[in-house]
Parts: sequence; C-alpha cells; structure tokens
Amino acid sequence: MKSLRWRSISVMMVSAFVVAGCGGGGGDSSASSEISGRGPITFATGKDVTGAVTQAVETWNGSHPDQRVRLIELPADGDQQRQQMVQNAQTESGAFTVLDLDNVWNAEFAANRWVVELPKDEFDFSPFLKSAMKTARYRGRLFSVPAYSDGGLLYYRKDLLNKVDAQPPTTREEMREICAEVLELPAAEGMSCYAGQHAKYEGLTVNFAEAVHGAGGQIVNDQGQPTVDSPEALRGLETMVEGFRSGTIPRAAIAYKEQPNKRAFIGGELVFSRNWPFMWSQANADDGSSKVAGKFAVAPLPGITGKGVSSLGGHNLAISSFAENKATALDFIKFYTSKKQQRQRLVKGSLAPTRSALYDDPELQRKYPYLDTLKKSIKSAEPRPRVVNYGDVTLAIQDEVYAAISGDKKPDKALNALQRRLEKLIEQK
Amino acid sequence: MTTDTPTSTEVDSGNTTPGSPRRRRSGSVTGTGRLASALVSPTLLVLAVVVMYPIIAALYQSLFVSGQRLDAQGFVVEGRQFVGLGTYADILFGPAAERFWNAFWNTTFFTAVTVTLEAVLGMAMALVMHQAFRGRGLVRASVLVPWAIPTAVSALLWRWIFAPDGVANAILDQQVLWSSQAIASKIAVITAEVWKTAPFVGLLVLAGLQVISREVHEAATVDGAGAWRRFWHITLPLVKPALVVAVLFRMLDALRMFDLPFILIGQQKDSVETLSMLAFSEATNVHYGPAAAYATLLFAYVALIAFVFVKLLGADVIGEARSQVPKNRGARFRRGKGSAR
Amino acid sequence: MTTATGDERRTTRRRFEAKKWLPILGVAGIVLYCLAPFYWMVVTAFRRPADQYDLSPLPRTWSVENFRAVFEPGTGFGRALLNSLIVASTTTILTLVIGTSTAYALARLAFRGKNLVLSLIIATSMFPGISLIVPLLRLFTDIGWINTYQAMILPSLSFALPLAVWNLTMFFRQMPQELEQAAMVDGCTPGQAFRRIIVPLAAPGMFTTAILTFILAWNEFIIALSMVNEQNMQTVTVAISKFTGATQYDQPFGTQMAAGVIVTIPLVIGVLIFQRRIIAGLTSGGLK
Repeated sequence: MKSLRWRSISVMMVSAFVVAGCGGGGGDSSASSEISGRGPITFATGKDVTGAVTQAVETWNGSHPDQRVRLIELPADGDQQRQQMVQNAQTESGAFTVLDLDNVWNAEFAANRWVVELPKDEFDFSPFLKSAMKTARYRGRLFSVPAYSDGGLLYYRKDLLNKVDAQPPTTREEMREICAEVLELPAAEGMSCYAGQHAKYEGLTVNFAEAVHGAGGQIVNDQGQPTVDSPEALRGLETMVEGFRSGTIPRAAIAYKEQPNKRAFIGGELVFSRNWPFMWSQANADDGSSKVAGKFAVAPLPGITGKGVSSLGGHNLAISSFAENKATALDFIKFYTSKKQQRQRLVKGSLAPTRSALYDDPELQRKYPYLDTLKKSIKSAEPRPRVVNYGDVTLAIQDEVYAAISGDKKPDKALNALQRRLEKLIEQK
Repeated sequence: MTTDTPTSTEVDSGNTTPGSPRRRRSGSVTGTGRLASALVSPTLLVLAVVVMYPIIAALYQSLFVSGQRLDAQGFVVEGRQFVGLGTYADILFGPAAERFWNAFWNTTFFTAVTVTLEAVLGMAMALVMHQAFRGRGLVRASVLVPWAIPTAVSALLWRWIFAPDGVANAILDQQVLWSSQAIASKIAVITAEVWKTAPFVGLLVLAGLQVISREVHEAATVDGAGAWRRFWHITLPLVKPALVVAVLFRMLDALRMFDLPFILIGQQKDSVETLSMLAFSEATNVHYGPAAAYATLLFAYVALIAFVFVKLLGADVIGEARSQVPKNRGARFRRGKGSAR
Repeated sequence: MTTATGDERRTTRRRFEAKKWLPILGVAGIVLYCLAPFYWMVVTAFRRPADQYDLSPLPRTWSVENFRAVFEPGTGFGRALLNSLIVASTTTILTLVIGTSTAYALARLAFRGKNLVLSLIIATSMFPGISLIVPLLRLFTDIGWINTYQAMILPSLSFALPLAVWNLTMFFRQMPQELEQAAMVDGCTPGQAFRRIIVPLAAPGMFTTAILTFILAWNEFIIALSMVNEQNMQTVTVAISKFTGATQYDQPFGTQMAAGVIVTIPLVIGVLIFQRRIIAGLTSGGLK
C-alpha cells in the first residue's frame, strides 16, 4: 500500500517531467494564420482611463450582438501589458483575441508568429499617417493596424519668452541662448531651462532616439544595422550629457519620467519641457493645480544640427494567432480604426488619431489647440528601432545612455559599448 | 534535503515512536506506516504539482535555448536547441556574467544587511516588549501592522514616501533621488524591507524570551551580574535557537526578494536588481532558457546557505531538540553538531 | 538586598525610575516605528486628489474622494475583495486540512525517511516563487484552468503548505507523548487518537497557522496576476496594480493608498482581535 502510493507519486513526477519536456517547443501549435470564424472575441488593452475605449466597444456590441467584444483591461504599466501578452502567447492561450500593441512590439510579435498577417488589400491606408504605417509592417508584410499615435512636443513658457522677445527655438543651441536670457529675468528666479525623460526606462530610449535623430544620425539604419558609433549619434548623446553638466537640465531630471517632468513644468520650475500631448490639459487646469495655466504654448521638438525629430509613440491593433473568430477580430479592427471611431476617441479621450485628416479638422483644432503642432511632430517622427528583440535592444540603450548621462562613462565609450552590444543582439536574429 | 543528518534521523525516529517501549504487535507498525503515508502523501502530491514539476521543468528548460535565429522571411525559427550547460557557462563566465554577478552581489548584500538589521532591531524590540507591562496590547498589535500590509502595497507606500517630492526628502530637507542614485535606492529598499519584517522577528524572539524562566534572571541578578552580562550570558544563549531559526527563514525569504525592489525602484536598475528580478526579466524577454538557469542557480544558492546555516549554527529547523526534550522547555537550546562553540 | 546602604538605595531608586520610564520610551519608539509609515498611508488616502502632494501631517481638507475612486464601477474593486476572500479562505482551509494531517504524521508517527520528508517539504519553499509561474501557466492553460479560482489557490499552496506543515509539526511535537498512548490504551486507533485527542488540543497552533496562511494568501500578487485575465476574477492586489491616474502617465498614489488602507484594515482588525492568540501560537510552537 505504502509503496504503491510512493510509486504513484513518482509516476506523477515523471509524467510531469515529460510534460515539461514537450510543452516548450510549440512546434505543432493550435495557432492558425487563417483569418476565419465569427463569434465573440476579446480585446486586450491597457487600462481604459477615459472611458473612450469602453464606449467604442459598446457601440460595436450594440450592432453585433452575435459577435460581442469583451474588453480585458491589463495593468496600467506598459511592461506588464507586454508581459501578459507574451505569457498568453507562450501558453498558446486563446484568451486574448485582439491585442493592443505598443508599436515597438510589432516586430517581435510578428516574427514569433504570435500575431497573424493581415490582408493588406482589405484596408485603405492612404489616409493614415505614413510614419505610423512604418510600425505596422514587418519585412514588408502587414501585421497590425495603427490605432493611436503620439508624438513629443516642446512645451515652452510663452509669457517668459515674450519678455525677452524670443520665438520658440528650432535647435537646442537656440534653446540654450533663450534660456540664458530668460533665466536672468526676476520672474524666472530658481527656474531651470529644460527637461525631458531621463530616468532609466523606456522614456530614456525615446529621448536618446530623438537626440540621435535630431543630430542627423540613426540608431539602426534602413538595412537593419546598428549605427550608434557614428559622429552624429555621438553628437546627440554629447548634447544630452552636456545638458546635465552645464545645468541646462536640472540634476533632479535624471529621475524624471513623464509625470515628474509634468509636475516640474506645471509647478513653474521649467522654461522648456519635452512631453507628450497629455500634459496640455493638465497644465491648463484652472483649479489651482497648475501655475502655468494660459502661460505656455507648444512647438515641435528642437533639433541639434538639423530639424527636430520626435520618437513615434502609439499603439497598433493585431490579432493573436491562438484565438478563435479571427474574422470578427479583423472586422473589429476595421471598425476601431475607422475615421468615425478615431474621431470619437479623440473627442472623448484626447487619444491622438492615426488618420491625418483628423488633425486638420477645425472643430477639433478649436478643442485641442496643440493638434496642428502635434501633426507636425508626428509627421516627421521616427519609430524607435524596429527589431525582433526590442526588449533586449532598449535595455542595452538604457544601460549605456544612462551610464553616460550619470557621468559613469564617457559618451564615446558608452556608444562604442552600445554599438558592440547592438551588433551582437541584432546579428543573433 | 539540507537539514537532515544521518545520526539524528535514527535518534529521532527511535525517540518519537508513540509507545515504542511497549510496542505490542508488529501489526501496529504497519498500521502506523500506512497511516503515515496516507497522511503525508496529500502534501507531497500538492507540492509535486506546484513545486517539483516547475523545478524539473526549469532544470530541463535551462539546458535549451530557443528563438535565437530567424528564417529567410524573418520569422523566429521554432523549436529549440540543446545547449547542455552552455547557458550556465554564459551566465557564470560569459557575456551574461556581468549582469549575473551584479545581481548576485545585490542579492547577497540585501540579504546580509537586512537580516542583520532585522535581527538586531528585532532583538531590541523583543527586549522592550518583554519588559513592558503598560501598553502591551498596543505594542503587540502595532508590531503586526507592517507585516500585515501586502508587500505590493507597502512597496507602493514606500515609493510614495521616497518620491522626489515625497515626505522622506521633506524630513531630511534634501533632494535625494531615491529611485536613481545607486546608494540611495539601496537604502530605500533596505529601509522598506526592514520596516516590514523587523517587528515580526521581534515577535519571534519574544516568543523565545518568554520561555526563559524569571528565576534564572533573578538568580543571576542576586549573583551580581550586570544587565549587559545577563543579556550576553543568559538571555542571548537561551533565545539563540529561536533567533537562529528566525534569521534562517528571513534569509531564505530575503534571498528571493522580488516585489519590493521591483515596485519601489523599478526593473532593470543595476543598483537593486536581484536574482529573482533577473530571472523574471529574462522570462519576460522570452529567454526562457536563461530565466530557468537563473532560477536554478538561485535555488542552489538558497539551498547552500540553508545547508551551511544548519551545519555551522546548528539551526534547529526540523525541531529535533524540541522533540527530544519536550517537557524541559528551559533546556530547549541544543548545541548543534557543528556548533561554533 | 535588605542590608542595602542609603547610597545603594538611591542608586536602586534611580535605577527603578529608569526601569519605569525606559520601557515606556521603548514602547513609544516601537509603536512610532511601526505605525508612522502606515499613518502616512492613511493621511494620503484622506487628502483631496488635488492636495495629493501636500506634506502637512493632517489633510488640509479631509476628503473621501480617493475611496470613492477605489469603488468606482469600472475598477471592480468590490468584486475583487470578494475574490480575494474566496481565494485566501479556501487556501487557508486546504492548507490546514492537508497540512495538519501531514504535520501530525511527521511529529508523532514513526516511519522511515521522516526527517527526509520534512526537509524536502521545507526545501520546496526555497525555490524562487516567480519561476513557478510560467510552467504552471502552461499546465493550467492546457487543462483549461485559466480564470478559475483553483488556478490561484493551488499555486498559493506552494508557499502556504511548507510553512504550515513546518509550523504545525513543531507544535505537535510540543504536546506530551502520553496523550495518544493513553488514548490507545483506551482502545483508540492512531487515527482516532488523532481526531479525538490531538486535533482539539492543537486548535491554538492551527489557529495561528490559519491566520498566517490567510495573510500570506491575501497578500499574494504575481500568481493572481498571471493566472487570471478577466476583471471579475481578479484579486485586490491585482486590482490595485490596475489603478490609473487621470492619464496613463500619472501615478494615482492617493487612490492606491486608499485601496491599500481598505485591503489592510481587515487584516489589522483581525490582528488586533487575535493578537493574543497569534502570539500564544508563536510562543508555543513553531516560528514565523
């Protein structure tokens, strides 16, 4: 009896071992790339802060009672969203049908066949922003459809710039010169010149990419080769490092993400701030929480040697390979990225659209005065490196750039190390 | 696995057999054995599914790499390659070594510092609580509060306290960047961890203190022993078994520290990245082989520490001493075989 | 002592005074140490969202706005509280039932490899918890357990069970051996002896173990996050991680602190009510 029990335990453990052995490959998966089947589906997205997403889903459900969409809200943090989606794909679970991907994840999800190829000819992409469309393809094939876009803006203190009779800067050098004058003003006592996002997280990659592009360089060139050992990339990084060394960027900004940056700007501590459109309405709040309401305006990001280039933010919709009812999913994506829906989400949730006509809509421009500047920003924006192992690539960038701006490494040393790391990461793929 | 010594097994099983001196029939032994396996197997079964299976899966997984190559169309080549111990070699000596050893030292540093602080603070708290007659209920209840708050929530709380314009900087009247300066972020993690667990260690030591009979102390007082000497020569040796076990269990927990630095400071920060965080980060970047290898190495490290602790300090984890002398509670302290003294 | 000179008496008195005040100071110190951060959490929770960054020791204007935000329909927080309660209680009950019997066998019965089994059980608690997730997720996906309570409960046993077995084994060992012997002399089988004599006597130890297990299970986060993706199945710790501010970039410290207060208060009340029992259980049996 006793030995029997023990044997059954050992048998169980052995079978566990066998399961472990077979579970990993995913060779003959349930995945299917065929887009067919209709019925209920799910939509996995980040937290719906404004209710605009829920509204869209409800509209869809009203007209498609047999093909209802259930909203699955993932944690607010982008890394956690990606982790849940990757886990879901690794376990080949059909729980998520439509995935709301940050556009830098497109290549990874496509190359791993976690999402299915979409039929190009069923969409008319001519009204879409060209820069956003770059993030939807992988090796020339379409895997996702851009649903939201985002671009960086230079927020500046209109009131202070007016006092020194200055126009918003188009280069960092001009920005420094304006600051030198503005900070002499009594009204600007204790203020700092500029801050972006420099903490060690995705925002640092965004800001570094902008510096490199603004100096005419590239992180990864059009052939997919890393080029951060170029003089242009060095110029970009040196500008960031010099900003900290000279005090143009306040010391505290090395811990800034979007939100502390916003607090510094609306608290009247910064003349210039690089941030996303979300800051506009909060900085204009008239409930006393903002000291700069009505005193600021936005401009496209300044460049370093050439014109300013924003990193392209935004999210795309894709269909999980492991889910059922992919035909419904495709219909839902068409519906969700339609002009009408994008307009509604812009009105209700201030979510920037991927269709360029909406930026020129006079009614919307009255509601969102930054829209015109944002369009300029997004139109000239560059996506971050579109590589399969983006998670590794961005970590390498953050490691080396952070070491440089915190003074632990000389910029050229950091970029040489980064070049080697990126070559290794990209060559593997 | 680590706490067993051959001699003690014999001593123990001989000693705890109910009624062994007057065992009547051999039938009762079989009956006992059958009962024992019936009682023990559910636990083993559950642990086999939820722990042994993942451990074996991880061990097996760590011998493979996958997703390293792309085919002509740019798709990741499916399936995986057997690399044997190659992943381990990469981690220990190869390209991944820098990150691994950094995480290894962080883990070791956090464990050493937090557990030391917890032991000292816990001891001090226990002594105070032992003396206190007024406010006893209050102090005991408040001691349990930090421990009852979910780690995920207390990490948020400390993140809030250590925010750039948070209350910690206001009290210190400094602009410390807790989330980005190497030393400051370590201090933040240590503070939060010690806050959460030191009071609990205090309770455990208090439990040990309360079994020391008052007479022992009074006798020593009459003999003219000063407070310090009484603490050093009477109190400390008597609470040592409780303290050693508490410290061991705290160490095992601290070595696997994850949520606190993850939420308080953030992921992929060199200054606070622990081995658990490293394993997690690799898993989220779909490097399952390396992730499994990190988990296995951490497991081995934890087991090694536990083993050394049991051997060197004679931590009475499986309670042999207490089962041998159940009635004489004052004599619960047993010198371990390899005891330092 | 009775022949103390005046000098000695004075010293003794001074010492007596110090003895009287030091513990009170010590107690005050401990209470401050333990409760100050918790106090900050409560104060933050009661501020108006607009005053979130205030550093005054009391809110300038008291407000329950943060608590209202916690229970907004979209967050599903009430449901999450219920889910946490179900998961934590079931885990506790299962742990107690399985753990008690195993601990009894390990403490009171003679069989070969006993210490090996106990050591093995303790050793399972040494594996890094986060590494259990992916294999279990794969397993549970295959058997269709995603979005079920058992997918959260079973993995929770991985940390609850070793602790409970160890704790209870220590507790059982402390009980006099004569108990079962007497019972068996009276004609009870070992099984009956266990049910009728040991379990009632072990109630305090089981109670302590139950509270410890419940708190651990209630506080669990990463398993619940991974095994469940439906909002109406998520637990409170997961729900808190999904709170957002006015935009995705804002960290809603106020709401999170309010939710933290709500999640912690039941535990604090429980601890207040049962602190005597918890401490008694700790004193008489295992540790931690």
